[in-house]
Amino acid sequence: MGAILKRELGAYFSSATAYVVMAVYFFFSGLFFNFYCISANSSSLSYVYGNMFYIILFLIPIITMKTFAEEKKQKSDQALLTAPTSLTEIVLGKFLGAFCLYAICCCIFLVYAVVISFFASPEWSVILCTFIGILLLGGSLIAINVFISVMTESMVVAAVIGMGVGLVISMTNYLISLIQVDWIKNILNKINFLSYYENFTYGILSIVDVVFFLSVTALFLFFTVRVLEKRRWS
Amino acid sequence: MIEVKNLTKRYGDLKAVDDISFSVDSGEVLGFLGPNGAGKSTTMNIITGYISSTSGTVTVDGSEILEEPKKTKAKIGYLPEIPPLYPDMTVRKYLEFMFDLKKVKLPKKEHVDEVMRLVGLSDMGGRIIKNLSKGYRQRVGFAQALIGNPPVLILDEPTVGLDPKQIIEFRKLIRSLGKKHTVIFSSHVLSEVSATCDRVIVISNGKIVADGKTDELSQSLSGKKKLLLTVASESSAVVDELKKIPGVTKVEKVRSFAGGLIKYSVSYSKDEDIRKDVFSAMVRLDAPIMEMQSGDETLEDMFLKLTQDSDRGGNA
Repeated sequence: MGAILKRELGAYFSSATAYVVMAVYFFFSGLFFNFYCISANSSSLSYVYGNMFYIILFLIPIITMKTFAEEKKQKSDQALLTAPTSLTEIVLGKFLGAFCLYAICCCIFLVYAVVISFFASPEWSVILCTFIGILLLGGSLIAINVFISVMTESMVVAAVIGMGVGLVISMTNYLISLIQVDWIKNILNKINFLSYYENFTYGILSIVDVVFFLSVTALFLFFTVRVLEKRRWS
Repeated sequence: MIEVKNLTKRYGDLKAVDDISFSVDSGEVLGFLGPNGAGKSTTMNIITGYISSTSGTVTVDGSEILEEPKKTKAKIGYLPEIPPLYPDMTVRKYLEFMFDLKKVKLPKKEHVDEVMRLVGLSDMGGRIIKNLSKGYRQRVGFAQALIGNPPVLILDEPTVGLDPKQIIEFRKLIRSLGKKHTVIFSSHVLSEVSATCDRVIVISNGKIVADGKTDELSQSLSGKKKLLLTVASESSAVVDELKKIPGVTKVEKVRSFAGGLIKYSVSYSKDEDIRKDVFSAMVRLDAPIMEMQSGDETLEDMFLKLTQDSDRGGNA
């Protein structure tokens, strides 16, 4: 697992991927920070975090599109699958690689918090809570997108599907307001990423939200392992 | 060392590998021979655990690939048909990654250095893989298989894409590795297999059609020997005279050359040596022998014969 994690991170930072992703992330978060904090004279980062939700949905497919799709295409997966490592280790290595890059991006919020601390006293507990939230959200989205990547051989297809899924997730609120059937509404309410994430941005650390994101992450990583396992048997 | 029993792999209705069984002893170099699509790569992919078999077992050094995958995979170094490389890594970084991936417990730098020296990559450590030529990529793939000194090496068409000089180096390398490792390597180039292997398994349409020592195989299959003879005489008596020689079963005119030279092919049963008799017969006829050549069936002939036979069998 360590070897794969190291290689994944190396691959992100030796190609343009890491820098492009970081640039986009910093640009939009900076924009929101300027707009909601500096111009609005506010010490609350909640709106900044809240708006980053939409940016993250589109950035994560870019981070994860390569993970399995490219390996399969170049047949380098043969080295991984014939090495004395388990499938779980391979999937976790890939997941953690993407997650580390994402976490590095998220650290920009600590910079913003420090900037705020020069002018007002930031609510550190809220900032910390939101930081945990954004990491959990990212983890679950990365797991979903890693799963999408393992299903296809083309990283472009993986990225497009991932963004499509992101679009649907971001429109869940809108969909809920459109649909009249109660039970579909209920289901959508229960899987509404935004509503779980919003609680974090308000500074509410609830066990339900944490469990939701952690279980989505675990579920999709498990699916990814199963797909790899199934491919061997077919 | 390697024990393959009743291996079968189905893709839907297609049997890519059909009930293959063989075993390889420690220190043996086994050639896997067959036309494209015969099931060589599939068999190798199953042995290395990349794909699983529909039925049958593979045991490497006492451990079974499905029951103890980690333990078994640690004993195998595998070079697939397309080397599993990461194009944007440098050669050294990539080999170090494979070292970590395989969880090898040897001094890292020394071991990677040694493997690179062995396959002739010593000066290439800092090069990025995507900038390497096909031959060098193949070497990197080979080096990757050697990382960790696995007792079993499985090489799928390792010499494809190499130039003739590199091919000779590769064969030498495989031969020398065969002293310490058990090697299975596949090829559809026959001369390569006969030059490198102790033993050959020929597969065609997913089935083993021949299994034996390289030199025995070609003789045992033909049952007959052949002599190719070029004589400077256009007299028809030559054929009659040749037929009189004891042991000769068939005489055929192959072709005639300018200047009255005629080439014959003489078949004879294999326990006789007719060369002296042929010589004295030709002297009697005053038909000087310009060239005499043993026309034993080569591995090439045998291969074609075997694979064609099984094709016919498959279609019937």
